[in-house]
Amino acid sequence: MNALKKALQERILILDGAMGTMLQRYNFSEEDFRGERFKDFHTAVKGNNDLLSITQPQAIGEVHYKYFEAGADIVETNTFSGTTIAMADYDMEDLVYELNFESARIAKQVALEFTQKEPYKPRFVAGAMGPTNKTASMSPDVNDPGFRAISFDQLRVAYKQQAEALIDGGVDILLVETVFDTLNAKAALFAIEEIKEERSIDIPVMISGTITDASGRTLSGQTAEAFLISVSHIPLLSVGFNCALGAKQLTPHLEVVSRQTQLAVSAYPNAGLPNAFGAYDETPGQMAAQIKEYLDKKLINIIGGCCGTTPEHIRAIATIASEYKPRSFQINEESITV
Amino acid sequence: MVKSVPLHIDNNRYLKLSGLEPLVVTPESNFINVGERTNVAGSRKFLRFIKEGNFEEALSIARHQVEGGAQIIDVNMDDGLIDGKEAMVKFLNLVIAEPDIARVPIMIDSSKWDIIEAGLQVVQGKCVVNSISLKEGEQEFIRQAKLIKRYGAAVIIMAFDEVGQADNYERRIEIAKRSYDILVNHVNFPPEDIIFDLNIFPVATGMDEHRKNAVDFIEATRWVRKNLPYCSVSGGVSNVSFSFRGNNTVREAMHSVFLYHAIQAGMNMGIVNPTMLEVYDDIPKDLLEYVEDVMLDRRDDATERLLDFAESVKQTTKEKTVDNSWRKEPLQNRITRALVKGIDEYIIEDVEEARLSVTKPIEVIEGHLMIGMNVVGDLFGSGKMFLPQVVKSARVMKKAVAYLLPFIEAEKDGTTSSNGKILMATVKGDVHDIGKNIVGVVLGCNNYDIIDLGVMVPPEKIIEEAKQQNVDIIGLSGLITPSLDEMVFLAKEMQRQDFKVPLLIGGATTSKAHTAVKIDPQYENAVVHVNDASRAVTIVGDLLQEESSQYYKESLKDDYEVFRNRFLERQTAKSYLSIEQARANKYNIDWKALEVIRPKEIGIQVLEDFDLKTLENYIDWSPFFRSWDLHGKYPEILKDEVVGEQASELFKDAQEMLHKIISEKLLEARAVFGLFEANTVNDDDIEVTIASEKKYFRTLRQQSKKAEGRPNIALADFIAPKESGKQDHIGCFCVSAGFGSKDLASTYEAQHDDYNAIMVKALADRLAEAFAEYLHERVRKVHWGYAAREDLSNQELIEENYKGIRPAPGYPACPDHLEKETIWELLQVKERIGVELTENLAMWPAASVSGYYFGNPEARYFGVGKIKEDQVADFAKRKEIDFELAKKWLKTNIAD
Repeated sequence: MNALKKALQERILILDGAMGTMLQRYNFSEEDFRGERFKDFHTAVKGNNDLLSITQPQAIGEVHYKYFEAGADIVETNTFSGTTIAMADYDMEDLVYELNFESARIAKQVALEFTQKEPYKPRFVAGAMGPTNKTASMSPDVNDPGFRAISFDQLRVAYKQQAEALIDGGVDILLVETVFDTLNAKAALFAIEEIKEERSIDIPVMISGTITDASGRTLSGQTAEAFLISVSHIPLLSVGFNCALGAKQLTPHLEVVSRQTQLAVSAYPNAGLPNAFGAYDETPGQMAAQIKEYLDKKLINIIGGCCGTTPEHIRAIATIASEYKPRSFQINEESITV
Repeated sequence: MVKSVPLHIDNNRYLKLSGLEPLVVTPESNFINVGERTNVAGSRKFLRFIKEGNFEEALSIARHQVEGGAQIIDVNMDDGLIDGKEAMVKFLNLVIAEPDIARVPIMIDSSKWDIIEAGLQVVQGKCVVNSISLKEGEQEFIRQAKLIKRYGAAVIIMAFDEVGQADNYERRIEIAKRSYDILVNHVNFPPEDIIFDLNIFPVATGMDEHRKNAVDFIEATRWVRKNLPYCSVSGGVSNVSFSFRGNNTVREAMHSVFLYHAIQAGMNMGIVNPTMLEVYDDIPKDLLEYVEDVMLDRRDDATERLLDFAESVKQTTKEKTVDNSWRKEPLQNRITRALVKGIDEYIIEDVEEARLSVTKPIEVIEGHLMIGMNVVGDLFGSGKMFLPQVVKSARVMKKAVAYLLPFIEAEKDGTTSSNGKILMATVKGDVHDIGKNIVGVVLGCNNYDIIDLGVMVPPEKIIEEAKQQNVDIIGLSGLITPSLDEMVFLAKEMQRQDFKVPLLIGGATTSKAHTAVKIDPQYENAVVHVNDASRAVTIVGDLLQEESSQYYKESLKDDYEVFRNRFLERQTAKSYLSIEQARANKYNIDWKALEVIRPKEIGIQVLEDFDLKTLENYIDWSPFFRSWDLHGKYPEILKDEVVGEQASELFKDAQEMLHKIISEKLLEARAVFGLFEANTVNDDDIEVTIASEKKYFRTLRQQSKKAEGRPNIALADFIAPKESGKQDHIGCFCVSAGFGSKDLASTYEAQHDDYNAIMVKALADRLAEAFAEYLHERVRKVHWGYAAREDLSNQELIEENYKGIRPAPGYPACPDHLEKETIWELLQVKERIGVELTENLAMWPAASVSGYYFGNPEARYFGVGKIKEDQVADFAKRKEIDFELAKKWLKTNIAD
């Protein structure tokens, strides 16, 4: 833990880029997703990227390796959908523990390899906890605005299971990310606090919200500052934003958060906005040029990439970031009390 | 581990709350006004609405509060006749869906912990819990505080302990200090998130012990703010004037005076009814003096003097309510504002006024309302409004239109029909339908019949409904990226099924570029990208106008083509292999090691009037339920919590119909299949020998660049090449269970029994699929006989746990429909069993299945994916057809 906090004070830490974009390069077929173990599984599983941690672990390890090699200090586990809620799409709720545990283990193994090789630059693993595919504070039915498809408690239980498995698998950080509904994130934070208390441990927590459109709000309608206030009740390592927008569009929201918090600030935008076909085409050079603005304005402590970014993007970002000092911030030292 | 309070003063430790927007309470902040009308104990009206279940009106009270300036709203459902927990959750869920209200933080007010906790679980922003105290002892206090912290809320601490409520200065500070120390030291509760309610009790009651109630509160407040860093002080102000109920002039003055002094002492928030508040400086001098005497306990006879004075005061109430000045603005401004703000309270009266001002009621929609909706559209487009607000605008719009419809109907005299039927749907896998709803509402307003299929609509259903309802236009909407592919798919389906109606594309991810490049080429008829409701009306009008529509459609096609070409010129090439390279990377089977099994029965066989009873056991029921939009696996679906009952009922009806069909022989099943000697020649062609004549199946090969070690597959790879020296084989088939289905369905339709009409078709489809499954099994076990000992259950068959495949032309492994013609020629399908191919190569009767049999154990299903034009040219040459014709048929598979 100290190594992480020390590193964070010394330099701008680099987070990895997109896992999905990299996995697409493998062109895995339904059979590949299934592997030997799920060859007779009763539903199609292609597209269940989290499952690849079990059926194609070497590919997952390779992606982590490439990001570390490109300069990342922290990689995210391949667990974006690793909750019973998201896995219900594939009837794979029973696998949640194993998926998270294995994903964490794979990433940690690669991280250790790098840390041994380059002890002056320790590498870390952040356990990714995605938003799930349901929203606790919005109704999916326009005609029934009071309806909710998921409850806080269901989310809390699901996130708790995910976080426990990630911790057991060896992650250094928990990353509650791509938060589009703050209530979902609050359930995750609640679960993490329960674990910390039950196990008498401390683990750094990063949180990263998503501003979805030009209105500058999260999908559930909060402004950047309201989001920040709503999640600041537990000790966090960092707060920031990822996804949905490119680096350029994210700037004003990062400015708000950077101004309003004493915590470390993180950002991992997409490689630009999606083009008409849903693909991202900002080049590493273009993206790094945008990130330079963050650096010039001293907005961030942790920087990486989301949808559409690749090791090339991370390399370009790491190169430019290495020329800057981190934004000043306070480490929240509050720990559990009896 | 115990920590002490930080001693240095930290300027960032402010009480920070949030709704959709932040509320930061700094020393410079004005007094924070908490709205109290959404409290069943504080508002009789609110209580009545909640009791009656009239949540809509209850919400309007909340909205009034916020519009009236409340910076936090207090919500309380503590009433003996209400299920407080349920009412709290329901009301808060509704509040959160109203951005105008939800922008402010919420104070969850209850004396019951379970209601508080239920409230905390549904609010995303940082709330205030009102309240907890030491009343039940330290243990419970700590437990609740810890949970509140974990839920991320601030908390009001009542000056209450095990002994009772603090009613003097000493007890107030004693309890406040003790509570604060426990919270900060034991719970690690952020001190800035602590708000004390130091109990505001009435003064001037005539009882001596109440004389110091106000002054004790004020002094305790001063002490707390000085000695307990970062915390806030709050309270319910109206209590103080309780004894002057009925005399609002005095009460208002009392509230103002109390606040004036309490705020100076450090009270920084509270529940105050803003309509019950006089401006301190406006209080008449004499009244001010009497009131201050009472508040500050300055004279022994203060109460009597105020009472005497109160008798003489002329009652004057003032109503400082919601800012309703906009109601005085011109009609259009009011309507626009109502739409933009989503206020439906006055819309009926405004629309009525508008209606009286025009000659035809429809003009209100086309004029007043559309002008307002355009403003909504512009604001949304420029990021000044966000989704939930637009939904509310749509609701107001709907309400206005609903009011106008009867007038429009009356106007029509029942003689004119609608302008046209428009089917709208959000595509499969997508739940976003706001844009669609708005377009639907607006078009509905313009006298079109809207058939809205809702969200997550599978393409089959859109197609089916469009056909059934004979719509004039189909409109698709989607917000997530995968929806784009669904739209392309639907356009393809519309083409395949020979649709003629225009297709409208809308929704946030859609774009003219995508529409032009990916969707428009899939469909020969008009495709238009429409992204705002107001444009939709003009476009739909132009499309359906009899005189000009043809010209308009053609110009659209041209426009999109030009746009597309320009777009494509800018695109860079993706990674594809040339067809030669792809062939070099084919799927390799070690033919030397493989034992090729010769079919037991070479040649063509026909099955006529096949016993449907036999097929019953081969039916895969899951797709049947899916076709009725009931999702789940058979048989579990029959016991499903949500759809189980409906599924069981449907299944019962299906069984009845199926047995009627079987026993009365209402449908006839026929099949033809053949097994032939075959070898692959020139990599991609399968040479079939029939009666010493050679026929060729032309297969398509995957051409996208694969990861290392992965082949570029074509079906031909599963047949031994000639040069291997091994004689291999292939089969092909066509089955149908659709003979008689059209007539049978028509008889039901004639009786307006759509249910059974659909049932017949759905069952015919299932029987055809069952027939294909049955026949494949017979082929494996008997006719070809390579799996004579296979013994699989129906479930295992459904899961394709067998060797060999039966891919069908038009499906991913062989997307080319043209190959059906070869099968027809080879098997003489039409002549032998009467199944025909339409000009678009659809099979008729529809409940038919055709395909190939590959017996090789390595054969598997795959998707050809995108191919390049070099393969198309090669394919055309091999097939001896025109390149353009080949291109047309392979269009959907050709990479850009």
